[in-house]
Amino acid sequence: MRVVNKPFNKIDGMSLVKGKPLYTDDLCPPSALVVKVLRSPHAFARIKRIDTSEAEKLPGVECIFTYQNIHRKPFTRAGQCHPELSPYDKFLLDEYVRHVGDDVAIVAAVDEKTALNALKLIKVEYEVLKPVLDFETAEENPVLVHPEDDIFAHLPVGFDPKHNVACRVNFALGEVEKVLEECEVVISRTYKTQPQAQAMMETQRAFSYLDPYGRLVVVASTQIPFHARRILANALDIPASQIRVIKPRIGGGFGAKQTVNAEFYPALVTLKTGKPAKIVYTRSEVFNATTTRHAMKFTVTIGAMRDGKIRAIDVKALSNTGAYGEHAETTLGAAGKKVLPLYNKVEAVRFSGTAVYTNMVPGGALRGFGVTQGTYALESAVNELAAELNMDPTLIRDINMIKKGETTPLINMTTKGAGPDPMYMDSCMLDYCVKRGKELIKWEEKYPKYQVSRTKVRGLGMAIAQQGSGLPNIDMAAATIKLNDDGFFNLLVGATDLGTGAETILAQIAAETLGVDLEQIVVYSSDTDATPFDTGAYASSTTYTTGNAVIEAAVKMKEEIIKTGALYFNTQPEKIIFDGKYIICSATDEKISLADFSKKITYNLLHTQLSTTGSFVPKKQAPPYMAGFAEVEVDLETGKVEVVEFVGIVDCGTPINPKLARIQAEGGIVTGIGLALYEEVRYASNGKLVTDNFMDYKIPTRRDIGKITVEFAPGYEDTGPYGAKSIGEVVVNTVAPAIMDAIYNACGVRIRELPATPEKIWRALNC
Amino acid sequence: MVVNLKINGRHYTLDVPPDEILLTTLRNLGFNSVRQGCDTSTCGVCTVHVDGKAVLSCTVLTCRLDGHEVTTLEGVEEAAETIGRFLVEEGVEQCGYCSPGLIMSILYLEKCVPQPTDEQILHYLNGNLCRCSGYEGQLRAIKKYLEVKYGAGSKQAI
Repeated sequence: MRVVNKPFNKIDGMSLVKGKPLYTDDLCPPSALVVKVLRSPHAFARIKRIDTSEAEKLPGVECIFTYQNIHRKPFTRAGQCHPELSPYDKFLLDEYVRHVGDDVAIVAAVDEKTALNALKLIKVEYEVLKPVLDFETAEENPVLVHPEDDIFAHLPVGFDPKHNVACRVNFALGEVEKVLEECEVVISRTYKTQPQAQAMMETQRAFSYLDPYGRLVVVASTQIPFHARRILANALDIPASQIRVIKPRIGGGFGAKQTVNAEFYPALVTLKTGKPAKIVYTRSEVFNATTTRHAMKFTVTIGAMRDGKIRAIDVKALSNTGAYGEHAETTLGAAGKKVLPLYNKVEAVRFSGTAVYTNMVPGGALRGFGVTQGTYALESAVNELAAELNMDPTLIRDINMIKKGETTPLINMTTKGAGPDPMYMDSCMLDYCVKRGKELIKWEEKYPKYQVSRTKVRGLGMAIAQQGSGLPNIDMAAATIKLNDDGFFNLLVGATDLGTGAETILAQIAAETLGVDLEQIVVYSSDTDATPFDTGAYASSTTYTTGNAVIEAAVKMKEEIIKTGALYFNTQPEKIIFDGKYIICSATDEKISLADFSKKITYNLLHTQLSTTGSFVPKKQAPPYMAGFAEVEVDLETGKVEVVEFVGIVDCGTPINPKLARIQAEGGIVTGIGLALYEEVRYASNGKLVTDNFMDYKIPTRRDIGKITVEFAPGYEDTGPYGAKSIGEVVVNTVAPAIMDAIYNACGVRIRELPATPEKIWRALNC
Repeated sequence: MVVNLKINGRHYTLDVPPDEILLTTLRNLGFNSVRQGCDTSTCGVCTVHVDGKAVLSCTVLTCRLDGHEVTTLEGVEEAAETIGRFLVEEGVEQCGYCSPGLIMSILYLEKCVPQPTDEQILHYLNGNLCRCSGYEGQLRAIKKYLEVKYGAGSKQAI
């Protein structure tokens, strides 16, 4: 390989570090109206009266929207393929506000100060309603978060708003009860995961204007430009042909920008006034008015034999989707579908899940997307089973986990459009990952614990995980390659690089396939008018799904160059060779450089534009795997936990760019450490957030992480681009269960409710 | 309020509202490397130098800077490029949103402690949050940069 599997720098890296104006707010025209949103102070209320007359009189106020002067049409903000699995349960503005931070009114003014002053002049009389704040009792709660009758679900997902149910996910294989009865050991444990914030550094933001044809252009920090176009068209009730969405550089996403959110407000203002308009979310708005990782509760029952063989797994899951069902079904489903296949030798497995509405911040996408929650529960239960059996957790994995070339009917059962042929996990390197991780963390030497001082003990723990690589038979990506008149190529992709280096990786794939240098590929992404369709940056899809589309486009481009070369040399295509630099006629030994050739066919001969498009939808599950090993130090006096080292061995097939893959793994592990030890979106008893800023909501700093060691398993996935699988999300999943088991091994405290704060550990040790 | 100050070596006479923070002033003047990440002076994304010291531009009122000197990343282009290259070589610029603030903090660290220990690096840069990189690679990049510039063994530099 010349270009792939090489540690190239990010092609946009130097512009980014030099602070160039490349992000949404940098590009907004200074004349844009400033949009602000009045947000609900109540967790649940009905707007009895709303008076905007004083605000409208304020000089500089351009327009104000309330539910009374806006059309009513249900939609979902969740960025996923159409028809969405998320219910259509949101309105642009509504008579009801369903969580603190829900939108009440939209103001546009000439500047920020005027807009903020106008917000203060809007008089709202609320009928304050009793909120649903406990998701564990939401289903039985007589209070309905969505009492309205005009909301609906496109697909049969068990949508039952009259019981506060957004969806249900159920699947089963074999007879769980019967097998459990036959087991020698059965353990049943309940685990809870907290809502986590995505906490990207750039908050949600967007600006909009009308193009010369009167069409709406929305420039947004989004992971999903094409879904955003469709969702905006539906919500604003205008044809998609009248909308263009442009994604500039994005200051991180992590799932937060997989839900359309800020985009609606300036779009409404521009459509009404004809003027450019922008909104930049405050950090408090991000916490209060966007999404979090769904809080989930799992009861995991595992049946095994004394020799460690796991025979049955039963998972009951409950997910808190908050006020709206955004990504409710897909995250809940992922918590089972992308977790349970880890243990493919069971005779029976069952997953029964429900996602309920509450008057809390909506659940949404966050790196790991349900799999993180499900992995924490299942892997913790397997670790508890190992403890019960007095067995090394790596041994119980060795006996039970999925290995190279194996499968389970569960994979086909839970994959849309899967045929009867079993999907074998031919590239699975879990076995290697566990072995190598044990070596690096010095498992044999240190497990389960060792004392470092009178009050400090170090413990070790581990877990395994998988994710997906795109969504088979659902998510499609396309790429277009265009040959220009100086022998360089445009690579147009709808894929959205969140900063991970996706564009660099796609350029590497294009260069490799075409046989050209990386510098000859000019990437453009994403613009719904100019780039081909891509579902977007989510579901760990870009390298695998878009990468395969790029290969197809590049292969076609090579064919086009050869065909056109044959016309140029007046011979048959079989006699033409394209080696990346020259088009060579093997019959006559004549050759022409690609640069000269492209000039000639543009200006002098043939007069043709070579342009090719490739599309790809995954047909097979190609999960990446990982084994994570934690060494932690517990202070027995204070309950404080420090991560001494986290070792992650990742099987992402053959990485296209090992350097960028490593940073994905390191960054994901740190997000996992945050989930395990520090982060939690917390509410007061009235449903107000008490963690709506970075002082109260603590993401890890560079002091909070310990040593991170990452290695890659030498794997190769046949269906992946040059052997690659995904990496973006799998790297989060092992961290919490590995750390929890390390804490247990250190001090005997089992934390079944994340995060493992010093308080919880201290109480368990002392109370 | 009228304020006379120097930004990146150039004199400005500005008429600013008394409650305007430096971050807003700088962005209004087109210094786009200065960005907002939080509302609570916790993320470090908006770090600039005032009179040579690293400061969060979201916590300084512009009207209090009469007679002072402000430096943004745009004012230290060469250093930004040099340090930036080390970050890019490790792949830890990632989304890039926090890179300018981080580089301004690295420059201040370098000024105070040219040959810092790991502990000193963490001390000076702890206020610069990053959600993408996981920090480890940034530490590798910063150490390489300092080693190349000042030499691994030399005691005193600058």
